[in-house]
Amino acid sequence: MRTGPAPVTLDLMRGSAARRRKERVVQAVFGAAALLGLVISLAIVLALIEGAVRWLFSIDLGWLWSDGWYPRRNDFDLLTIFLGTMIIAVAAMLVATPLGLGAAAYLSEYATPRLRRTLKPVIETLASIPSVVLGYFALQWITPELVQRVFPSAGTFNLLSAGLGVGILTIPLVASVAEDAMHAVPASLREAAYGIGARRRTVTARVVFPAAVSGIVASMILGFSRAVGETMVVAIAAGATGGALRTIDPLDRGQSMTGAISSLAIGSDQVRGSGFAFDSLFFVGLLLFAITFLLNVVSERFVRRVRSRY
Amino acid sequence: MAVVTPADVRAPIDLALRGRRRDVLGLVFRLGLLGMLLLSLAVLLILIVTTLVDAWPVLSDRGMDFVTRDGSSLASRTGVRQGLVGSLILVGFVAVIALPIGIAAAVYLQEYARDTRLNRVLVANIRNLAGVPSVVYGILGLVVFVQALRSVTGPETYGRSYVSGGLTLAVLVMPIVILITMEALRAVPAGIREGAYGVGATRWEVVRSHVLPYAAPGIFTGAILALARAFGETAPLLLVGAVTGYLNTPSGRTPIEALQGPYTALPTQVFAWAKLPGEDWQANTAAAIIVLLVAILVVNFIAILLRNRYERAW
Repeated sequence: MRTGPAPVTLDLMRGSAARRRKERVVQAVFGAAALLGLVISLAIVLALIEGAVRWLFSIDLGWLWSDGWYPRRNDFDLLTIFLGTMIIAVAAMLVATPLGLGAAAYLSEYATPRLRRTLKPVIETLASIPSVVLGYFALQWITPELVQRVFPSAGTFNLLSAGLGVGILTIPLVASVAEDAMHAVPASLREAAYGIGARRRTVTARVVFPAAVSGIVASMILGFSRAVGETMVVAIAAGATGGALRTIDPLDRGQSMTGAISSLAIGSDQVRGSGFAFDSLFFVGLLLFAITFLLNVVSERFVRRVRSRY
Repeated sequence: MAVVTPADVRAPIDLALRGRRRDVLGLVFRLGLLGMLLLSLAVLLILIVTTLVDAWPVLSDRGMDFVTRDGSSLASRTGVRQGLVGSLILVGFVAVIALPIGIAAAVYLQEYARDTRLNRVLVANIRNLAGVPSVVYGILGLVVFVQALRSVTGPETYGRSYVSGGLTLAVLVMPIVILITMEALRAVPAGIREGAYGVGATRWEVVRSHVLPYAAPGIFTGAILALARAFGETAPLLLVGAVTGYLNTPSGRTPIEALQGPYTALPTQVFAWAKLPGEDWQANTAAAIIVLLVAILVVNFIAILLRNRYERAW
């Protein structure tokens, strides 16, 4: 008669039925949680499209083209808020690009590990400052101390101050994405350059920068997208809560797409709940979603290029 | 014929190799980059200092009285208690809803999901959601929680309640939680998992006993930062009807009635006050900002300390 350990069967290796059942339940629950993201996206798109279409059918399409954005008077000039958004985003990038990229390059190429460990959290702290706070700062400090000193003609509320405030909010995002890209450049590339006698400046500007350029472009596109979607700074510092004339002068008061949505929502256009003026926020929201979605997809492309290369 | 002796070439090569010339341009470049970095930090400093100066009259005169009083239309009697309490309740909602679901989703995407097209779409979709402007989440909250689910979220307040606000913020923060958790899970080396598989653990047992404990510091830090983000969000709350003016809170309501009732939050109060004219309201706004910043910066500081304490290199 055979003695010794029982033969190992497939059934034995599978483990107990209770254990397998638990495994299946856990996987199903986690999978459902992962699918929720898709549900949220779908809900966003449907909510925006449904409201936007309803609004488009209820208005006279001629209202979309006039000399300003005054929902109260049925003036829904989309160009006004689009230009406002662009002026703010460009002003923001004028701040965030040099400061963000400069900080990223210094942290990645010059700073000692110790300095890096101390300074990165400080930059992250800047990222955690709520946008309302920057709105107040833009109105109470940037406008009187910077903008009105340089351009005495600027009013209390102007697009430039709002743009600079948004730019400050954007610095950490630009800096962290660009720093990741520069940090991902392999050390061997730098060492090869040092080996033939290049200085650190040359290595940074002529080796690391070109090698990380996709990530740097991605950081700028992401920054722009963030600036386009920023709301509270515009709502406080650009000051066009009742509406605005179409303008391309950054020193004028103005309205952005995000600002238009928030003032429709809180009813400072005195239109709360009344028919098509309020519903226009769905259409503006859809436009805003489309623009930022496009920018994010493009920047994701660039980021992936860095990842696949190194 | 001129003969080149070793001595002739030695001097120029020596000079070229040692390069004793000062690299002026390099120094300028370096200082330029450092200047950009310092300027970014200076902005933070200026912001905090100017706000403190603006807030000083209120903080020094009233101190804790400002923190413990309800909102009022009188600048000298108003306070941030309701906003602070409201914000904490909203953040509680986010913690209870967004953290478990977000972490579960991240575990699925990182540990369970095979590299199929559907799963790649799921991850790309989460990345896009993280980049959607916060006002757009506000519109989503308005349509779904305020309008469609009105009977649940707030039958007496047209859906403008803590429940709507909290759910909206939870949806807003969830993609961030998922991405941060996925990153923390990715940092756990494969050897840890293989060790557990080797002794016959199922996938869930591997995750629970090995992967999650090792990734916990990263997940925890990310969770704290996500909650801090929810604490400071304003724009979506304006769309789902946070009260920007005086908030009347009758006593004697059950907790559920209170959650279905009208609400305000600290950042919304800051926004409302920032638009009021007069120096006393400006000082109140600054003081409310200081309360907001203290809360957020303390939380952030704790998160960073935790990360530095428990972060390990593999």
